[in-house]
Formats: sequence, structure tokens, C-alpha cells
Amino acid sequence: MLDVVRQILLRDLRLAFRRWSEMATPLIFFVIIASLFPLAASPDEAQLRSTGAAVIWMSALLSSLLALDGLFRADSEDGSMEQLILGPAPLGLVVFAKIVAHWAVSGVPLLVLAPLAALSFYLPLTALPELIAALALATPTLSVLAAIGAALTVSLRAGGTIIGLLILPLTGPVLIFGTRATELAALGEPVAGPLYLLASVAVLAVSLGPPITAAAVRTALE
Amino acid sequence: MTSLEVRRGGIGLLRDLSFKLSPGQTALVTGANGSGKSSLLRVIAGLAVPAAGRIDWRGSAVHRLPPEDRGEIAYLGHLDGLKQEFTVDENLEFCRSFWKGREPVEPLVAEMRLESYRHRNIRRLSAGQRRRVALVCMRLKPARLWLLDEPLTNLDTRGTEVVIEWLKGHAAEGGIAVVSTHRPKRLETAASIEVAL
Repeated sequence: MLDVVRQILLRDLRLAFRRWSEMATPLIFFVIIASLFPLAASPDEAQLRSTGAAVIWMSALLSSLLALDGLFRADSEDGSMEQLILGPAPLGLVVFAKIVAHWAVSGVPLLVLAPLAALSFYLPLTALPELIAALALATPTLSVLAAIGAALTVSLRAGGTIIGLLILPLTGPVLIFGTRATELAALGEPVAGPLYLLASVAVLAVSLGPPITAAAVRTALE
Repeated sequence: MTSLEVRRGGIGLLRDLSFKLSPGQTALVTGANGSGKSSLLRVIAGLAVPAAGRIDWRGSAVHRLPPEDRGEIAYLGHLDGLKQEFTVDENLEFCRSFWKGREPVEPLVAEMRLESYRHRNIRRLSAGQRRRVALVCMRLKPARLWLLDEPLTNLDTRGTEVVIEWLKGHAAEGGIAVVSTHRPKRLETAASIEVAL
């Protein structure tokens, strides 16, 4: 069982690095939005600090939208998805591995880039560990939501644009708890509350997401 | 041991179609374009659910087969199922390890004359060469039931001969195959039953 997860994970990671431009686009997009915002707003330190958390989280959400169309599309267009559905492993496990791979190339780099963006919003250095922790708990949920959206729209031609409409409303809890944690951290307050909530949302998403996604993929390719 | 019965309403492609295959038999599914050959194979593979009727593989409904038994069925549709970014070898290696195949790769690669392309990306192969890789990939699955949808598409004479030999060998070992084609002439030496749609 675990062997299948490892095989799919390695395969998807290798594919992602072969198509590195697809992988890099959302990350560069994130950096650009986060650095254009201070130019558009007034460069006032107090104001940037108060909007910083919101901007970083919104940029993270939007950039994760860019990364998700390829999650199942390439595999279903070249016929690999049919083979994976018929394979000797439960499709839920295969989907789980694909989500982990997606998170590794779209979520993990955000953990590195977000603190850099935070500096341009005068977020205190002491708040960075909490920001990274909040993103580490939030990005798996975003990857699972991305997978559900990608699976539901895989058979549509212009699926990429519809996914945003499907997925963005569902990211509400992640956005609320994530920005709250970051704001509290910036003020030097304890952040355990919103982090626990982010963690519980992540547990819910990671446990229920793969079977739901698997069912959606199966239906889409029928 | 295998009783196969398909009734499919819905768009009304196939209706009241029943047949049964025993070990060692190869069925040739023939019919015009759009007559439902591919749909039939997808239903047998378990990718789609029939509107009515049932398909049994060794006594249990095919789309409810537990994952560990699904390895007994190898399906090759008109899409090759290969990753463009990977080389021939990388694709075959994934096939083998995902399906836990035991068949050695080398002889199959040699038979399909793919030796000199092994390190080339699928993207840089011709359609016929890709089909050859896809067929080798299919062979790497330890399957007893082969479902081949137009396996000869883009293949040259030599490739066609290899596929016919494989089908004969598979039947001789007690395997079952369902092959769809709109040009039955080329495959009829390997077939024991013809299902005309």
C-alpha cells in the first residue's frame, strides 16, 4: 500500500521538475502580487503592517489556484488516469499521493517565500515562525480543495477558470484562521487558537478529501 | 469460469449483448466507427458502469472487483497512457513497478524493436513507436484478461505480426483477450470468436 503512495509521489515529483516552468509560475505570481501591493498602497509602515497578513494570505490563495489545473488534466488527457483507475491500488491512495506531490511543489515553496514577502510588509521577525506554522497547516487543506476542484472539472475544456469559482468560497475558513494567526503573531499575542483550528480543518480535509476526489475522478472519466 | 454479459441502454449503443469467454479464447469485437466497440471495452474494463446487465470476471461483477484482483485485467484504450516527459525506459519501469509485473522487460523491448529509443522521451517518438511502448507496457501487467482497443492503430506490418504472436501466445497460456478492430482481416488468425456490433 505504502509502496504505491511512494511510486506515485516520486513519479509526480519527477514530472513536476521536468515541467519546472509550470511549477514556478504560481510561485513567481505569488511574489509579484505580494510585492506589487506595497507599491499600490501608501508606503506608510503602520498601514502596510495592518494589511500585510491579509495580502500575504490572499496572494497565497490566488497563486495556489494557478497551480491546480494540471493536477489531473495531464494524466487524463494522455490516458494515464485510466490506467491509474484500473490499477491494482485503491484510487483513494493514488489520489492521496498525487495531492502530497502537489503540496510539495506548490505549498512547501510558499513556506519559504511567504516570510520574505512578509518582510516587505514590516511584519516583525518574531512573527515569522508563526506565519510559517500557519502556512504549513493551511497549505495541505488548499491542496486538497484544489484536488477536489481539479477532479470535478477535469472533463471540461475550460476547467481552469471554473475551478476558482468552485474552490475560492471553500477556502474561507483557511483564510480567516490564517490571517488571524498572522495578525496575532504580529502583535506578539498567543496564536495557539487559530493554529489549532487550522490543524483541525487540515485533518478533516486530508482524511475526507482523497475518497471524495477519487469518486469525482472516476465519474469524470466514465 | 468467465461469464460475460452486457446489456447497455442509455444512449442505446449496445443492447442485449451477451457472450461468454473461456480460458484460451480471443474475441474480436468488430463494427463500424461509433458502433460502441470502445464503450464495450471500457465497460468490460470497469471504467464505465453498464446501464443494465452485468459483466462478471471469475464470478464477481467487474466494476466492484477489489483492487488487488484488478491486476488480472489489462486495458489499453486508444490513449497510450504514457508520460510525454519520461523516456521509454522510465515509462516502462513505472508500469512494471506499479502493476508489480514479473515479466522481464528486455525481450519485449527487443521484440518491439525499441532498443535504440530506450532513452528517448516519448514526446520525440512517432505515433507508431508510442503505440509499441504502450503495448509493451500492457504486457508488463501480470494480467489474464487483455482488453485491447484498436491495438494496431499506427502499427506497421512488423508490429502487427508481433501483436498477433502475443495474442496467440496469451491464448495458448490460457489467457483471455477481447480485441476491438474495424479491420478484422489483419487479426482473424488470432481470434476464436467474433462479436459483430
